[in-house]
Amino acid sequence: MPAAIIGRKIGMTRHYTADGTHIPVTVIEAGPCAVTQVKTTENDGYSAVQLAFGEIKPRRSTMPQIGHDAKAGVSPRHVHREMRCATDDEATGFELGSTVDVKAFEGVKYVDVVGTSKGKGFAGQMKRHNFKGMCASHGTERKHRTGGSIGSHGTDRGHGAKIKKGKKMAGQMGNERVTVRSLDVIAIDVERNLLVVKGPVPGPNNGYLMVRAARRLYKRKAKKLS
Amino acid sequence: MNRTTVIENFEAAQLKNPSDVPDMRVGDTVDVHYRIIEGDKERVQRFQGVLISLKGRGINRMMTVRRIVANEGVERIFPVHSPRVGKIEVLRRADVRRAKLYYLRSRTGKSRRLREDRDEAPATKS
Repeated sequence: MPAAIIGRKIGMTRHYTADGTHIPVTVIEAGPCAVTQVKTTENDGYSAVQLAFGEIKPRRSTMPQIGHDAKAGVSPRHVHREMRCATDDEATGFELGSTVDVKAFEGVKYVDVVGTSKGKGFAGQMKRHNFKGMCASHGTERKHRTGGSIGSHGTDRGHGAKIKKGKKMAGQMGNERVTVRSLDVIAIDVERNLLVVKGPVPGPNNGYLMVRAARRLYKRKAKKLS
Repeated sequence: MNRTTVIENFEAAQLKNPSDVPDMRVGDTVDVHYRIIEGDKERVQRFQGVLISLKGRGINRMMTVRRIVANEGVERIFPVHSPRVGKIEVLRRADVRRAKLYYLRSRTGKSRRLREDRDEAPATKS
């Protein structure tokens, strides 16, 4: 398993480099996580490591969950996430009940951060898809923020008399899983379990995040590494 | 640990030494030494003017300095804790009754002057 960990978004601030340029950064409390389950091909059909983060009171957890955590010899945890491993050997390299902390990210330059974005509720096309809306005047009545035509139903290029799937319309915005890729790692503080990355990450402060070493870099950043 | 404490701890390492930042107040005439890096050369540019606004706290502290260049008002906003901002000198302290001196923007000529505060001389007068 490449470096991966569960964390909590602390918030944003700024960071000055030695030459005085300032970088907007997000501080993430990354780990320490407990290994609560090791999955192997023989047992589960695939290999993975389950990490758990965030201590909670037992009464806030459930009996099955408490039992699951106790099996690994750790106190009840809030979030559990599975990290896939390439081989069984890699997975069994993690001992049940051992801790994974931000030290795993030492030497990692870029990370991906996965989180749940802030919910915006049922949003119109203008807010959700950046549509322009209609004219303010020129005879427009009660249609200033509509998306306009959604296509004639009879001639939708082989889709039959139906609107194309995935047509951009109003609907739920936010509160979904979002991955931001290839964020620069600015600082790692092993003592305080902090990971500082450049730019914003999804979700509210105190929201849970999954951080992993960048899986596929943007071209520009891949060039910088090589 | 509490959220704000974690952020403040992270910022604390970047804050300037309190002895390097003088006691500035809005209305002061200040001299800001700003480091400019051109290629591999570095020089210091001085910007002298009236401090008309101080806002933000901690690492986000910003100072707005206004001066008149060739009969034209020029305002620059400096991040107080930026490594590019070198020395800050307080040259003169004025007696003002506002937290932000934006009204100076519409003043011209003699009315632009501020009354000096004779009771409180600036601490770092050089």
